[in-house]
Amino acid sequence: MLENRHRELGLSDEEVMEMFKTMLLARKLDERMWLLNRSGKIPFAISCQGQEAAQVGASFALNREKDYVAPYYRDMGVVLAFGMTAKELMLSSFAKADDPNSGGRQMPGHFGQKKNRILSGSSPVTTQLPHAVGVALAGKMEKKDFVSFVTLGEGSSNQGDFHEGLNFAGVYKLPVITMVENNKYAISIPYERQVASKNVADRAESYGMPGVTVDGNDPLAVYQAVKEARARAAAGDGPSLIEAVSYRLTPHSSDDDDSTYRGKSEVEEARKKDSIITFANYMRETNILTDDKEKLLVDEIMGIINEATDFAENAPYAEAEHALKYVYEE
Amino acid sequence: MPVMTYIQAITTALREEMQRDKKVFILGEDVGKKGGVFRATDGLYEEFGEDRVLDTPLAESAIAGVGIGAAMYGLRPVAEMQFADFIMPAINQIISEAAKMRYRSNNDWSAPITIRAPYGGGVHGALYHSQSVEAIFANQPGLKIVMPSTPYDVKGLLKAAIRDNDPVLFFEHKRAYRLLKGEVPADDYVLPIGKADVKREGEDITVITYGLCVHFALQAAEKLAEDGIDAHILDLRTVYPLDQEAIIEAAKKTGKVLLITEDNKEGSIIGEVAAIIAEHCLFDLDSPIQRLAGPDIPSMPYAPTMEKFFMMNPDKVEKAMRDLAEY
Repeated sequence: MLENRHRELGLSDEEVMEMFKTMLLARKLDERMWLLNRSGKIPFAISCQGQEAAQVGASFALNREKDYVAPYYRDMGVVLAFGMTAKELMLSSFAKADDPNSGGRQMPGHFGQKKNRILSGSSPVTTQLPHAVGVALAGKMEKKDFVSFVTLGEGSSNQGDFHEGLNFAGVYKLPVITMVENNKYAISIPYERQVASKNVADRAESYGMPGVTVDGNDPLAVYQAVKEARARAAAGDGPSLIEAVSYRLTPHSSDDDDSTYRGKSEVEEARKKDSIITFANYMRETNILTDDKEKLLVDEIMGIINEATDFAENAPYAEAEHALKYVYEE
Repeated sequence: MPVMTYIQAITTALREEMQRDKKVFILGEDVGKKGGVFRATDGLYEEFGEDRVLDTPLAESAIAGVGIGAAMYGLRPVAEMQFADFIMPAINQIISEAAKMRYRSNNDWSAPITIRAPYGGGVHGALYHSQSVEAIFANQPGLKIVMPSTPYDVKGLLKAAIRDNDPVLFFEHKRAYRLLKGEVPADDYVLPIGKADVKREGEDITVITYGLCVHFALQAAEKLAEDGIDAHILDLRTVYPLDQEAIIEAAKKTGKVLLITEDNKEGSIIGEVAAIIAEHCLFDLDSPIQRLAGPDIPSMPYAPTMEKFFMMNPDKVEKAMRDLAEY
């Protein structure tokens, strides 16, 4: 008898299908962005590939109607789950005027969209963590029932803002969930040369909160961990740290050549655990996904991506003088 | 009209804004029970409670960053940096985040935070309790930097800073805290950020300065007046972005300009003021633009001899004003 893990977590087949669809949309969008970059149509791409399960699994465990998220640059899965569209992400990749993240001001991956409670991010890493703590503080002060959710890479867990922010959240028992997406590399530097503790989750103990390490290739495991963290936060029991371990399947960015610091066989080995494959297998085993359904799903997603690409490519840039606007309130 | 000290004007502005708007709250080190190391937040913890006067962990980047997050949500945080010298760990949050929030999100998000910090020397504070840090932030579009010189300006400008929809750095001269007293109306008033203020009308020389140095210049002007030298004194009040119109008008008025800062000379605020005057007033000037500033050494030393050597004072200001008048 096959184990039906998602039902045990209270997830319906439809919700699991929706999770997979979001993961696959993130993956296929990301792949398209690399193609667009390699064909000279967009100057830069930075990838979510290998981290979709953690991003989408976590997002589905949150309240996507009221929680706030402070994503980092790989979190295409998070922002899609929180309501950003493929079109909007493509507008960002093409740096077009209607990009809701920044109107073409920031590089792709610098997410932000107030209407979906996605906090605006920058390039210096981990600065978003104290912001998420501040949003949680504000929510607590105003007696609201949302939580804030912030993500970062394992290399970013070395930054002062990680430690200052988690300590602040721990002291004030704030409803903030921090998820470190440990993809094993901070650009070229492997985990062992980045972090002295055995795992990132161990760092939680110093800040008076639980820390757990979960399989970041398993969206259901991440879902469960974030669900529990959210329940604790909502109950007034304070913050949590979750480390989702997966693997970065692409180079750091479109400007990086990862063959200078890691072997092909290592990447190939990691691909065997790719959540897009393993989760699809699980869904086949539980009769949620069939070959016919998968083909329909891929066709639908490719249609969305083709339309988004054409739309964004043909959309106008901001006027040059628009660069002068919004330094201050106008 | 009530007379109060510079620091009482700060506490008054904070109290009135917290009474007016529930979204205003204070966070910083020792600001709660203790009421601040200078007692700028004295009594506010008792009046508003621990939820609105937060004693934070000793971590400046978190103070700024958590404040920015709360501001993004829609609250009105007033963060205190215990000394301006200790703002350095928060620079990434202030410059990379607060200053660019509105711009980088194409007007979608904003960070209406006020960050207060005591600056300046003359209090035996040595290298790390004496610095003027405004120049570090004064080429960061998106930030506003306010440096008031009187209790009246303190109250009106701090209220304006808290109500401003963009991030404001509010630097208070720590020696002015109890040295300067003045009349402060009991009513609710705000003063415009970005506007300089003529503190003394005069015809012979123009002094442009800000902060505690305004006080020194006013003292010197009274002495000079006894000798028939009539000084015009412009208080910048906001040092970034600068009030160009007021600077140009003040420079043209007398044609002889002395710029004063307590900060190191090279790269300071007054260098930019000089550039504005050079661009716009060349044919109105009767003498080279003069600058009086601290020496280009890292900071103010502890020993009284060396501290006095660095620190601005009424005698140095009077001499520079007299030299210019005689040019």
